[in-house]
Amino acid sequence: MAKIEVEVGKSKGGFMKWIDDRFPFTETMRYHVTEYYASKNFNFWYVFGVLAFVVLFIQLFTGIFLTMNYKPSAAEAFSSVEYIMRDVEWGWLIRYMHSTGSSFFFVVVYLHMFRAMLYGSYKKPRELIWIIGMLIFVVLMAEAFAGYLLPWGQMSYWGAQVIISLFGSIPWVGDALVEIIRGDYSISDITLNRFFALHVIALPLALIGLIFVHIVALHEVGSNNPDGIEIKSNKGADGVPLDGVAFHPYHTSKDLVAIIIFLIIFFSVVFFAPDMGGYFLEHANFEPANLTATPEHIAPVWYFTPFYAILRAVPDKLGGFILFGLSVVIPLFLPWLDRARVKSIRYRGWIYKSALSIFVVTFLVLGWLGTMPADPLYVLAARVFSVIYFAFFILMPYYTTIDKTKPVPDRVVYHG
Amino acid sequence: MVKFKNIASLVIVSTYLFTTQGLAASAGVELESADIDPSNIHSLQRGAANFMNYCSGCHSAKYVRYETIGKDLDLSEKMLVDNLMFNAERTFETIQASMPSDDAAQWYGTTPPDLSLMARAKGADYIFNFLKGFYVEAESPTGVNNIVLPGTSMPHVLWELQGYQSAHIENHENDDGSVTTTFEGFEQMTPGMMDSEDYDKFVRDTVNFLAYIAEPIRGFRVMLGKWVIMYLIFFLIIARMLKKQIWKDVK
Repeated sequence: MAKIEVEVGKSKGGFMKWIDDRFPFTETMRYHVTEYYASKNFNFWYVFGVLAFVVLFIQLFTGIFLTMNYKPSAAEAFSSVEYIMRDVEWGWLIRYMHSTGSSFFFVVVYLHMFRAMLYGSYKKPRELIWIIGMLIFVVLMAEAFAGYLLPWGQMSYWGAQVIISLFGSIPWVGDALVEIIRGDYSISDITLNRFFALHVIALPLALIGLIFVHIVALHEVGSNNPDGIEIKSNKGADGVPLDGVAFHPYHTSKDLVAIIIFLIIFFSVVFFAPDMGGYFLEHANFEPANLTATPEHIAPVWYFTPFYAILRAVPDKLGGFILFGLSVVIPLFLPWLDRARVKSIRYRGWIYKSALSIFVVTFLVLGWLGTMPADPLYVLAARVFSVIYFAFFILMPYYTTIDKTKPVPDRVVYHG
Repeated sequence: MVKFKNIASLVIVSTYLFTTQGLAASAGVELESADIDPSNIHSLQRGAANFMNYCSGCHSAKYVRYETIGKDLDLSEKMLVDNLMFNAERTFETIQASMPSDDAAQWYGTTPPDLSLMARAKGADYIFNFLKGFYVEAESPTGVNNIVLPGTSMPHVLWELQGYQSAHIENHENDDGSVTTTFEGFEQMTPGMMDSEDYDKFVRDTVNFLAYIAEPIRGFRVMLGKWVIMYLIFFLIIARMLKKQIWKDVK
């Protein structure tokens, strides 16, 4: 008697069976795409994960073509960027997409992180997703910083000078560390070469690896939703969550709409305002790096400015560097700082709602202060807002405990 | 709806801040708007002639090819060769200064900067005011100083056209002993070949050309952008219909 056996997650015959016997293709597709169930009530805030993926793709794709024409040497880097802008076919478009993409990467990632804070996506059981996400954020900052040196403009050079010199404030090992980063006694051709290597190979590899783990971890526990309810605790007879819809075709079709809206905004900047009034491409960076002339006002690109404002708020160089590092890393501890019994902002009390609102304002104000010259009044403001920034995190265990929460419903809220 | 209005106004306000704030801090004096029109091809053509006659002796524009200028400004190869290419043989060459840079460094103490990207680095308004901002100062090696870039080593190249002017600069001592310097305005000393209106136009054309060479693709970029956005909006409508169709059974 012949026994017909169809293994779960495998095709019954033909070419796909041949593949599935050797590689879990159908099984993987089902697990991650066609039978990955996420809540049907995802709102606006849930598109930024996919959008981060889109920007990553834009950066990798345009980056490859830039690398074909860019020369990572102090003598030629600036000219090769102008060569790309003027002489390479469509080079200007590739370059503007890449420079705009770096800013949009941060826009999207900041909003993605804010979503997690709105709906408590970092809370149990998603702590590891959050931690990996924070690592992605730190690597992304390093990637952007390394990339910013490559055009070898005035701001590339002096911005790197300021940030790298910070490492020199670390006791004992500081000077040696700075030398290792630069590979030289000052920022030079050698520095440019190693930043190029980091920017096009090391950091993108780390980024892609971390993003892979981020998504595997997400699909293991399942996506959170605006109600902060675990949809897996309400399954139908077929084992499918009652409030879930498959990633494909439901969420993919929704994401497609979001992606096009995103591209409309993205390409509006690329085509109509690629330097964004000096915030995406700084004016001083249209002058080649000049080792003997410091620009009158050195400001990092906008996405670093909130942390840069905290750095400058501290009179001591080492102290500033430590607080700068802490301000980047402290959100990593959110899963344990937040003691609220509910996840979503929808069911939290007024205290957390106020705290989060103040935090958003603080982050924006710090960002603005980071672009301004270090006048005494601005420095004073930066100090006040730095205290508020850290207070949001440090006081969180206290105020989330006493905050009155509302009862959470059993099923997600969905109005069709 | 209210929410979207708020977001829209926020976007408008922040765009305004972005565009106005960018270059304001570069000089102590308030900059008059250059008011250039990049779509005015005649202004650009005049600016090209001005540049080649008055600037390119000392300044290069080493990323700019003559053939690009010809194509964008509607100038034939013959017109380029006869009117603009003083020290170049072929149209694919880039604009090089006639003066050797070693000599320049010796004569002026510094090599005149390349002007390919000057308009993007400093802004059109800055160059417009710089070229109008030379005033007589006897102690200076060149006999002039500049209100926008004090201590510049550039002489007043356009003196024949503008004539010479003096600047009213008032030093006001504050209560705490510090001195505030305010610029009150210029006064014409000797007339030039042009009156101030013609000279403004001359400088405006030149700055327009400098803004053009800083990003020759700009015109095409904006034109193409409109089509890309229109295509994406069309695609958005289709994607929206597709989404509605797929989601219609989800209760």
